[in-house]
Amino acid sequence: MEEILETQPGKKIILLGNEAVCRGAIESGVDFVSTYPGTPASEIGNTFWQIKEELKKLNPNFHFEFSTNEKVAMEAAAGAALSGFKSLVAMKHFGLNVASDFLHTLMYSGIEGSMVIFVADDPSCWSSAQSEQNTRFYSLMAHIPTLEPSNPQEFKDFTKFAFELSQKFKIPVMIRSTTRASHQSGPVILGKFEVGSSKLEGKFAKDPRRFSTMAPRVLEMKKELFEKVEKIKREAEKFHKIIYGGRTSIDKVGVITSGVSFLYAMETLKKLNLKLPVLKLGFVYPLPERKILKFLRNLKRVLVVEELEPYLEREIAILAKKENLKVEILGKGEKIEGGRIWKDRKAILPQIGELKPEYVEIAISKILNKKPSFNYQLHLKKFEKIKIPARPPILCPGCPYWWVINTIKKVVDPQKVIFGGEIGCYMLFSHKVINLQDYLYCMGSSTSVAHGISKMTKQKVICFVGDSSFFHAGIPALINTVFNQSNPLIIIMDNRTTAMTGHQPHPGVGDGKAINIEDIIKACGIKNVKVIDQVENQKEFEEALKEFLEKDEVSVIVARHICALLEKKKKS
Amino acid sequence: MCFIREKEKIMKKDFNLVIVGVGGQGQITLLRILEEAALFENKDFKGSELHGLSQRGGSVEVHFRMGKNISSPLVSQGDADLILALEMQEALRSLYYASSKTQFLLNKSIIPIPGEEVLKEDQILNSLRDFTKKIEIVEASKICKEKFQKEILAGVYLLGYAQKKKFLPLKRESLEEGIKKVVPEKYLNENLEAFRLSQS
Repeated sequence: MEEILETQPGKKIILLGNEAVCRGAIESGVDFVSTYPGTPASEIGNTFWQIKEELKKLNPNFHFEFSTNEKVAMEAAAGAALSGFKSLVAMKHFGLNVASDFLHTLMYSGIEGSMVIFVADDPSCWSSAQSEQNTRFYSLMAHIPTLEPSNPQEFKDFTKFAFELSQKFKIPVMIRSTTRASHQSGPVILGKFEVGSSKLEGKFAKDPRRFSTMAPRVLEMKKELFEKVEKIKREAEKFHKIIYGGRTSIDKVGVITSGVSFLYAMETLKKLNLKLPVLKLGFVYPLPERKILKFLRNLKRVLVVEELEPYLEREIAILAKKENLKVEILGKGEKIEGGRIWKDRKAILPQIGELKPEYVEIAISKILNKKPSFNYQLHLKKFEKIKIPARPPILCPGCPYWWVINTIKKVVDPQKVIFGGEIGCYMLFSHKVINLQDYLYCMGSSTSVAHGISKMTKQKVICFVGDSSFFHAGIPALINTVFNQSNPLIIIMDNRTTAMTGHQPHPGVGDGKAINIEDIIKACGIKNVKVIDQVENQKEFEEALKEFLEKDEVSVIVARHICALLEKKKKS
Repeated sequence: MCFIREKEKIMKKDFNLVIVGVGGQGQITLLRILEEAALFENKDFKGSELHGLSQRGGSVEVHFRMGKNISSPLVSQGDADLILALEMQEALRSLYYASSKTQFLLNKSIIPIPGEEVLKEDQILNSLRDFTKKIEIVEASKICKEKFQKEILAGVYLLGYAQKKKFLPLKRESLEEGIKKVVPEKYLNENLEAFRLSQS
């Protein structure tokens, strides 16, 4: 970890994609970093959390924080950038949903210093119990310039470029990644080390014309945003790479790709010993339209290699149509399939689940009417015949949540009660040996959905809320149960940390002044509140559960016992 | 002369390794050691790992690829040269990456899955043999438990074993460099000892 602060340029070190973003930000002289933890983006926050004191020695203005949620994190980073600083905010794809309200407006005003937004999508939902999401459609909707790096070196270099671009056009710039890009590790050659942009004191220079989005001025601002994007398009025309450009094959087949998909495409060309022209995009918004058209003109068929729903494919097809090009654009087509056998010639890559190198090899082989380097289908058939017991993740041995589970199982008839889940370790209540999760959506939702069910049915709902997610989005939902009078039993699973993503602090435990969860609950006027250590006082927890299940109004138990892993970590 | 040409041929090909096991068996540390060793030998390489939810006692696999101009961080289906299985049931899952060229190195250890029947060693081996004949089982967990009272050292023990058996095209010194770079001071000696034990 200390290597990331290495000041000597030219040195080669090993970094994860996400760590390379941190290094890129450090080399750019970042002043302000905020985040809410979420995998596959968590290493950004974790890295700065570990080195923040060292960075402060180099740049007295430097500030790092875990904010209460992603929207707050983005707004705070914008505040820093509006005051002339260089800021970075990082989140996973769901985080951008939370922050998107602010993002769309921020794009209208732009910023004063520079601001980079890092977002990591999670194709295949490796660490996401919600949905697969393609953040590139946000780029289109919010008009945010978006870069997609492929390897750790590019993660660093693109981050530096993003800061420069942001500064030049006074606009936030996004770096979009996916799991396999973010969590690949490889050698990175370090660059020059900037020590903070801001030896001077920061200043928010008043300019309501720029920063206050009132009608009718707001529509002018939108026009100004479009003008900026148009200028940035010229930068995009230069920021890409063409491989085997001059050697158009007889087949006139080419590939357009970006991010981790580019790596799979290159692997295929190496494996099959092909020299197809490949256009590797650096920007996915705005697109280098002239460059793409020039690339398309020499070709009969182009395969667009990308993960999830066809974003590039659609945009490129529209471009080709406008120019009346005869080129056939292949990729996902209209057919949706989960990564295996593709019957429709136009649909040769899956929209569901992440790409794998062999999927790209099969697709390219198919287009060229060649045999792949290996009989993947036969092998898959053989593999699928083996009986392999699934090993889903489960709560750790000694996890304090086991005491909540066991008491509920003892006291509650699961046929009569609905169990509402939420995002955190306790979403593992879905495991078949636990089976206490009847619905699961996003942070903050367990309580509000419970409110709707309680209001409209006679069923009792027990909903689980984590301590970190209570602060993230649970409080408005809690207030709604009082304001609109419903009677769920809310159990706040307070393990004194944000456990799932690697034990980051939250407002209930500090780094700063700790805020008591029960004080907030009581301030909402809720009378049925108990704070119980369910491990130390099992009987009391059981009694409270029985008592509160009978209540006609909302009731809350704060089940407070430290995460077993964190306790072990603190002791050693 | 002949010998040199043969060696060049081996060097040209990419080396693909998959390490499988259960969350907490130290896969990511092993990957870091391999990467530092590859960097030490000035080879191109890529690693791939997963974090977060997938680590809570679930299956964890990491990939390591080494050679010239390595692009994909993932090993392709059927393309593993070596599969290191820290747990035997997890070896079954890794068969996705196995074909007749694959060398298996198994830790003789079975960690039960809550709510599932435990598979027998014979059952597992029979399935593996359908894919490759190159299978070695080592009692790494047992040896490390006896010698060091620490089963987690099984991984680094197996690295040493794989190196000695030439399953792993990295030099002994480079791997030791890797261990020194990656493992915290407090645990360094026992890791080096476990690594060297399988080499003797």
